[in-house]
Amino acid sequence: MEFLNYEFMQRALLAAALVGVTAPAVGIYLVQRRQALMGDGIGHVAMTGVGLGFLLSTSPVWMATAVAVVGAVAMELIRWYGKTRGDIALAMLFYGGMAGGVMLINLAPGGSNANLSSYLFGSLSTVSEDDVTAICLLAAFVVLVTVGLRRQLFAVSQDEEFARVTGLPVRALNLLTAVTAAVTVTVAMRVVGLLLVSALMVVPVAAAQQLTRSFAATFAIAVAIGVSVTLGGTVTSYYQDVPPGATIVLLTIGVFIVLTLLATPLARRRARASAARDAACTADVPGSRSASDEVTV
Amino acid sequence: MADAKSEPVISLREVTAELGGRPVLRGIDLAVGRGEVVALLGANGSGKSTAVRTVIGQVPVTGGTIEIFGTPRRRFRDWARVGYVPQRTTAAGGVPATVTEVVTSGRLARARFGVLRKADRAAVTHALELVGMADRAKDSVSALSGGQHQRVLIARALVSEPELLIMDEPMAGVDLASQEVLAATLRHQVDQGASVLLVLHELGPLEPLIDRAVVLRDGCVLHDGPPPKAVGQHALPGHDHVHPHDADAAPVRTGLLT
Repeated sequence: MEFLNYEFMQRALLAAALVGVTAPAVGIYLVQRRQALMGDGIGHVAMTGVGLGFLLSTSPVWMATAVAVVGAVAMELIRWYGKTRGDIALAMLFYGGMAGGVMLINLAPGGSNANLSSYLFGSLSTVSEDDVTAICLLAAFVVLVTVGLRRQLFAVSQDEEFARVTGLPVRALNLLTAVTAAVTVTVAMRVVGLLLVSALMVVPVAAAQQLTRSFAATFAIAVAIGVSVTLGGTVTSYYQDVPPGATIVLLTIGVFIVLTLLATPLARRRARASAARDAACTADVPGSRSASDEVTV
Repeated sequence: MADAKSEPVISLREVTAELGGRPVLRGIDLAVGRGEVVALLGANGSGKSTAVRTVIGQVPVTGGTIEIFGTPRRRFRDWARVGYVPQRTTAAGGVPATVTEVVTSGRLARARFGVLRKADRAAVTHALELVGMADRAKDSVSALSGGQHQRVLIARALVSEPELLIMDEPMAGVDLASQEVLAATLRHQVDQGASVLLVLHELGPLEPLIDRAVVLRDGCVLHDGPPPKAVGQHALPGHDHVHPHDADAAPVRTGLLT
């Protein structure tokens, strides 16, 4: 445990743990809305923010947050008002954001794509004191929204049309989800990088739901997986000198595969129990889903 | 039963709406009186689903006025009085959720800040008992059959203890056992004084409950009155019911509710 003696490792582990909590906490709502790749889109847009931060010599983290929030709101507006081919409009936003980032960072004095690389793939050892402050504040916001408003966000993500009739402010909640996802992307940017952030939003949720039947349990297990892999990946990268972002994502996918293998007998047992309970009923036999049906990412 | 003189709970006047620039509603009038059960009928694409979706605000109107409980729809806030059952296809999330979790989301109309009290949890249990799904409370909704899923969605609408029920094709893809449960649940609600607007493809087993039918064709109201005589596919064997509302004679019921 000697890595705990280094200040840069303390900062890295704190940042990693916060990402482990926030990314799945937002990701679960995106997966529930079947917008699993939205985090990836926001990550691309945030690159323009990083570039802008370098060009204006301000904090890339705050600049990326601002641009990602604008981009996420734009995506949500396209979803409402987009009459035709919303996917094309979104593609423009993604690739425009990426190209914008590369262009701006090369215009910045002394800037090159090498600076960008630490934001694309994460660079835990260079997380600064200021970065940690920003990450803590942003993570607090994300946790407040995703836990405090969980019933409302669940309702809107489960069935938007029905949520409207319960009187929930559906549009405001959709925008809040988009903004929270954008904030999470920038929280995770320093740890796993903009190109890999979406993996931490989606894969822990997909892994958790191999085992679960309820939303609450999926949420808890996804966050537990998130924290385990981010801390585990960070420590691994300290000892093995491998890139932390890639290590974390590969670990997450490993967890997903292991849980999927474990879940197959579990699902079979539940199906048998369910079939036995309904044996007297001739109309239908529910609960006979196989584990492979549950991979809805 | 129906008291047409009282203020209607739903009132649409000259409502027009379009989807993707194509007119779907061409000026329809529709009223549901207090305690009345109105069926909205029509072929696919006639605009019947769009009509109810303008009422709940999911589809914007391009003209006309909509009032709910006498309040213009835009200013209407008292959504706990309305229970909505959407077409089942709209209600599938990408994350597992239990029957209880789904039904609880309907209670948000009364538990505004998402804080659940004892009464809210009791209401969830009661709604599940009404549709005969209390024993499946902890099961994942994805493990249910079509009919059971529909019963859960109806429990979700009933959990806010609404005075008005709006249901979009509640019988579509529902097995016979669940159809009976749904018809009994609905009759119980009507007996308690609820008003109901139902979108139906055909009258089917709910026919004895229906006071009035509004038939749409191509975005216009074709018929507004007693449930129509069977024509077209309604005249197929199995739909050859005697309409109890046509005469004062004792209703002859051939559906599930006899």
